[in-house]
Order: sequence, then structure tokens, then C-alpha cells
Amino acid sequence: MKKIKKGIPLIDQHNKNGFWGKFGGNFIPETLKKPVEDLTILFKKLRNDKKFIQERDYYFENWVGAPTSFIKLENLTNYLNGAQIWTKVVSEANGGAHKIYNATVHSLIAKRAGKKYIVGDTGAGYAGKMLSMAAKKFGLKCKIFMGAKDIKRQKPNCDAMRANGAEIVPVYTGSQTLVDAVSECMRYWVSNCDTTHMCVGSTVGPNIFVKICGWSTSQISKELFIQMQEEFGKIPKKLILINCVGGGSSSFGFWNEFMHYDKKQVMFIGVEAGGPKKSKRHAAPLTYGSKIGILHGAAQYVNQNTEGQIEETESISAGLDYPGVSPLHCFLKDAKRAKYTAASDEEALSAYQLVTKLENLNPSLEPSHAFAEAIKIAPKLSKDTIICVNSCGDALKDRDILRQKLGKYK
Amino acid sequence: MISSQINLAFNKCKKEKRPALLTYTVAGDNTKKKSLEILNSISNHADICEIGFPHNTPIADGGQIQTSSYRAIKNGIKMKDIFQIVKTFKKNKKTKPVILMGYYNMIFQYGENKFIKKCKQVGVNGIIVVDLPWPENKLFAKKCKKNSINFIQLLSPTTSKPRMKKIIRDSHDMIYLISMLSTTGGKLKVSPKKILENYNKIKKINKSKNLVIGFGITSKNISSFKKADGCVVGSEICKKISNSIEKRQNPVKNVNYMVKNLRRKLL
Repeated sequence: MKKIKKGIPLIDQHNKNGFWGKFGGNFIPETLKKPVEDLTILFKKLRNDKKFIQERDYYFENWVGAPTSFIKLENLTNYLNGAQIWTKVVSEANGGAHKIYNATVHSLIAKRAGKKYIVGDTGAGYAGKMLSMAAKKFGLKCKIFMGAKDIKRQKPNCDAMRANGAEIVPVYTGSQTLVDAVSECMRYWVSNCDTTHMCVGSTVGPNIFVKICGWSTSQISKELFIQMQEEFGKIPKKLILINCVGGGSSSFGFWNEFMHYDKKQVMFIGVEAGGPKKSKRHAAPLTYGSKIGILHGAAQYVNQNTEGQIEETESISAGLDYPGVSPLHCFLKDAKRAKYTAASDEEALSAYQLVTKLENLNPSLEPSHAFAEAIKIAPKLSKDTIICVNSCGDALKDRDILRQKLGKYK
Repeated sequence: MISSQINLAFNKCKKEKRPALLTYTVAGDNTKKKSLEILNSISNHADICEIGFPHNTPIADGGQIQTSSYRAIKNGIKMKDIFQIVKTFKKNKKTKPVILMGYYNMIFQYGENKFIKKCKQVGVNGIIVVDLPWPENKLFAKKCKKNSINFIQLLSPTTSKPRMKKIIRDSHDMIYLISMLSTTGGKLKVSPKKILENYNKIKKINKSKNLVIGFGITSKNISSFKKADGCVVGSEICKKISNSIEKRQNPVKNVNYMVKNLRRKLL
């Protein structure tokens, strides 16, 4: 079993070939070796560049709107009558989700690299929406690759992308969801890597993209770390950080600053998409013991058949509907630092109903999976246990699905 | 030392003062039987046959090869069928070199050692793994060599000269030059002259390696590459198969005609 080293950020705990234990690496065509290497060198330079950090912090504060609030959900806590339920309302960030951090950083890097074009993939449409916002803000031309099925089910985010001047490229291959969008985006980059910067929308893909994304979303836990100390005077003795996991960018960012704590004090629970109750399909490779395979340039636990063909997933939540998962999470699972479980479509929907009924909060279907787990475990826990759920997206984008499934939206 | 079948094929072409013609078709496209028939017929004109083992999340293939791959997978092609196709093919065409080409996850799931052993058993002469670049491929390449299988390294317009030298040093009998920044089957967006400049640069580093050019090569432009050691045509063939199926024509006949014509254009 691999151990997490203390004193070094987890994103840097890979070997020279880019592997965190058995996971990650760079399974890429020869054409991408050079652009990936260039990006690796540039990122290494920029993260040690005070001016760049100042610039990032300036935009995080003044444009993204950091810090997002950390609040107690009093009604939900009283209703569940167990552990205290708190939430980090990351959906307050400009654009309505955590994807803005990665999009902002990638756009700033693209500027420094002298690239005029930026491309990205999206599932729920948040990564695409945020990239289109950041591209507009920083004067880059933007193309977003999105599965045709997702374009239909996440219309509000598509409207936003178009309003920001981005071109949405519909992807009709395979299951027409996130997995196909990422493939198509990478293929586009293979053909255009001389003029174009690529932003991978989550902590997936070749090593450097995992690192940049994890580095960017870690803003969430940096804020939370300070907010917890302000609120409790210290990091609570019994703390549980619950987050949904698709690719794994919000959860990694939500946990990073607490990585070195003993898991008995700060426990991480990642909630994957279990799919419809009656379906065998799911998007939960960590929970259901999927085998290691290669997807989008990295070794990871991934849903696949015995031949190595990637399997189709099924989830009500477009943002979690991905057959693989970040190498960082595979590593955290094997190191036993984080625990992973799944919530079904139905559980996520009823969690959404309960949270919106009791609280002035509108979590999208992705964090509703995390709330489902919190609702499940809180009643069994003591009142001095602090559960904090990352409410990492706003449900506006799910308007059509919620209307269809619940008969109403808000 | 006994020369590899791949080397022998190139030597024969050099004697005839023409580039080798390499074809790429997907195993199982559109059925196991048909893909074997296609192979048998085009191997009368092609010098080396590349056979793709299809994967459903390819990150370097354009639309034509994707379509062929999805079609083959949909029709149920499995690794064992692919080896069977090669085995049957090699029974009739003992000296025709076969190169398997695909993505690493398929090999990884099959097991590297088991895969190489099986390749050797059925008569595979070379392997191309699209997403296993140098230096990550060093160990796998060594295993191939030990089993007298060529591991074919790829070079791209983005490959720097120092890197090129190292890759060439670790290469076997054949090297694959990607013509341009593109997925397979893209429109040739750089001039053949420019591609040949890059080609010559590589040849200068080591003359003895057989260097083939691929990506974007079609009947229209193949005659511009007569100076190369070899040319690979893939997407155009896959497209012909798709068109033939669409028009309810016999893909074997149509593809055979196309490859015959390609060969003629190299003379």
C-alpha cells in the first residue's frame, strides 16, 4: 500500500513518469509529448512566480468571488438530529460552481503561453460555461466539446456558453456524454496543439492536467481551513468532509488542505454516482471495484469490459457521468486516506428535495449525491461531529431534469 | 542474424526502386470474415499490412477509423478473433509482414507478456501502440525485440531533434513518421515538400532505419512521396469500406481496386 508523504502536496507525489503509485502517467500520442512537456515546464515556473500567484489571487478574489461562504444548515441538522451539518457554498462562486477555479487558471496559463485559442470538454456544462467565461474575460477564442446527450439535458449552461461567445462542438460518438467529449477534445488538441491551449475540465487526463486542476480547485479547502479556524477556533476533533466524485476535481480541492490530518480526525468521504436503482450501469468505479485501465492518457480505476473497451455509464447527473476517476482519488483509495461510496439517482433526488425544502440552498444533482450520504450517516453520529458537504454546484442547470422528475423546479 | 520479414519487405521494394505500400484496416470491419477477405485481397498489392485492434475511446483517430472501429466492436470483435484473423491470414501469406496497431489499454487488459506471446504464436511481425510513447515504451519494446517482434516507434512534427535521436536509437527496423499535426485521416494541411524535409532530417540521423510516412496519405497525394521508404494509407481505405456498405456494394472488390491503384501510383 502506498503512503501519503507529509510536507509535499499530493499533486507532486508522483514519480518521474507521472505516476501516483499505479495511477496517472502520460499515455499520449507522440504528437502531444512536446506540448505536454512545454505545459509542464511553464506550470512549474508559474506556480513559483509571485506575480502569477498575485494575479491568480486577484482574479479569485475580485472576479470569482473568494471566499465562498461556510455555513451551518440549522434546519437540516435539527431534522436529522445527529451530527451537525455544515456546507461550503462553492456554488456562490462566479458562474455557479467550482469549475471556475480551473478555468481561470488555465486561461491565465494560456495567456502566458501566448496561445490565442482555448478548448475544453464539459459534461454538466459547468466546466464549459466557466471556460467560456474565463476565455471571454481574458480575450481568448473558445471551443467547448460536449456530448450531444448532455447538450440536451443541460440547456441553461449551453445558453450561457453561447452567450459568452464560445462555440459548442456537439460530440455524437459513443454514449454522447462526457467521456466522448474528453476524447474528442483531446483529438482536437492533437491536430491544433501549435496554436491552442487545452483545458481538461477535471482532475483527469495526462499528469500535468491532473496537477493544474488539483492545484486550482485547492482554493476551496484553503478557504475552508481558515473559515473552520475562525468558526471553531481550531480544526474540529471529529470532522467529516463529504463530496461528490465524478472526475474528482471538486472533492480533491475540498480535501487538499486537510490531507495531512489523521483520518480519525478529518475523514474524507467521496460519493460517486450509482446510477438508477434498477440499472446495472453506474459511474462509480471506486465504489464498485472497477479494474485499473487506461482512459484519456492516465491509468485509473475505470468501468470497462474484460477486453478493455470502456463501458457506458448511467447517471442522472451529467457532471458525474464518467467511467473513470482521477488518479489522485485512486491513489487516495489505495492509501486508505479517503472512503468512497455511491448514491443512486433516486437517493440524490430525494436528498435534493429534503435540502431545498429545509434550507435556503439549491445544490445541483452532483452535490445532491454528497448530501444523500450526509443525510444517511448524520443521524447515527454524535452531535459534536461536524459534517461539511461541498455544495459545489447550483441546480439551475438541472431545471429541466428536476421538472421532469419531480414535476416542479423550486 | 536473420533479417526480419519487415526488413525483407523493405529490401524488396528498394530493389524495385519504389516505396513500400502499407495498408491499415480494422480487424473485424465490418465482420470477422469480411475483414479477413479484405486483407487477403489487398495483400496482393500491399507490401505490409497493418491491422488495427479497435478501441472505443481512441484519442488519436479521426472520423473514418473511428467509424470502422465502432462498427467492428459493435459486431462483436474480440482480441481472440483478431489473433485468429492474423493466424489464418499468415497461413496463406507466410512472408507478408503483419503489424498490429492499437491502444495500450487493450494490451494492458490482455496482459503484456501474454499479448506478445500470442503475437509471436500467430505470426505478428510488428506492433504499434499509439498511446505508449517513448520513454514509457522502453520496457515493452524490449520485450517485443526479445520475441523477434518489431516495436515501431512514432515520430511527429512536434518531436524535438534531441528526442528524435534518442527514439531512433531505441527503434527497431521500422519507424513511423506522422506527417502533420492531426489525427488519422486529416486533410493534408502541410505540403509534401515540407513533410519530406522532416523525413530527410530523420534519415540523416540514421539511414538504415526504414522510415514510413502516414496520416493524411491518399490516392490523391501518395505519388508525392515516392522518395520515402514507405507510405501508409488507412483512413481512405476505411472510408471506402463505409461507402461500400452504405451503397450495398462489395467492400472487398472496392478496396482491392483502390489498393491496386495506390500501388500503381507509387511506381
